[in-house]
Amino acid sequence: MIYYKTEEEIELLKESSLLVGKTLAEVAKLLEPGVETMKLDRIAEEFIRDNHAIPGFKGYNGFPATLCISINEQVVHGIPSDRVLKDGDIVSVDCGVIKNSFYGDSAYTFAIGDVKEEVLDLLKTTKESLYKGIEMAVHGKRLGDIGHAIQNYVEKRKYSVVRDLVGHGIGRNLHEKPEVFNYGRRGTGPILQSGLVICIEPMINLGRKNVVQENDGWTIRTKDNKPSAHFEHEIVVRKNEAEILSSFKYVEEVLNLQNN
Amino acid sequence: MAKQMSIEQDGTVIESLGNAMFKVELENGHIITAHISGKMRMHYIKILPSDKVKLEISPYDLTKGRIIFRYK
Repeated sequence: MIYYKTEEEIELLKESSLLVGKTLAEVAKLLEPGVETMKLDRIAEEFIRDNHAIPGFKGYNGFPATLCISINEQVVHGIPSDRVLKDGDIVSVDCGVIKNSFYGDSAYTFAIGDVKEEVLDLLKTTKESLYKGIEMAVHGKRLGDIGHAIQNYVEKRKYSVVRDLVGHGIGRNLHEKPEVFNYGRRGTGPILQSGLVICIEPMINLGRKNVVQENDGWTIRTKDNKPSAHFEHEIVVRKNEAEILSSFKYVEEVLNLQNN
Repeated sequence: MAKQMSIEQDGTVIESLGNAMFKVELENGHIITAHISGKMRMHYIKILPSDKVKLEISPYDLTKGRIIFRYK
């Protein structure tokens, strides 16, 4: 059953998503070589609770933390630990909150210090593919069009799309119908209608597409141990152009500040 | 947080529990309870102990499965 949201619900979802964007910015401020991922998690949880919201992932099917922090070859769902960030790592930070009983969910992959050229290109491609997917999320298109746009864009550049993990609908639950594949054929799947709120999240590998689950029951890493990038936006399908609910604005402000 | 797709695995039925539920031993030795999919019920596909079947398992609960195919 696919739920289409009313304008009031979309307002609330937007509020939650913007809080996620701000939380990611808080985390971005602290990202540097030598910082423990556990510390980032603590800061994020404090920030979310200060804003009268609840961490969305903590306790979701038993996930133990606020953020999913996945380093290099880890694709998603990495559990924060005492692992220390090193120069040249890429870190995917995925954050979710519940505010006014609606979920917000967004993710960004950061480069720490000097990162190899090919990995930076992977990050750039992944982010661009996300926007390619969002372009397709308009009223009247089909779900397969989104997947096709992402897959086509990425595979042209010889990267691969993870198949075992997909995007999802979002609302009062973190994972709702429909499943948003990052691959697929044009013109297949259900028709998109205005008011559908989904999370599009391409997970792109530098090497092959195969992934395995670590023994902790959560962390997914690439089978060939090559780096993987992950960007996620929460969007609502509209008539002419999808509206992006979450925002990378705050994150990019911090990143620009650091670069100057 | 990305949603995990269900895992597909093969197994052997070891016991019929009634109500279209079965105990299935997976290839890796784990024993889980599984129910038969609605589509298989619609087509009256019967399952007996010792049959080889294909299962769909949710990554969030690895103790339950869904039988989606019976091999000949």
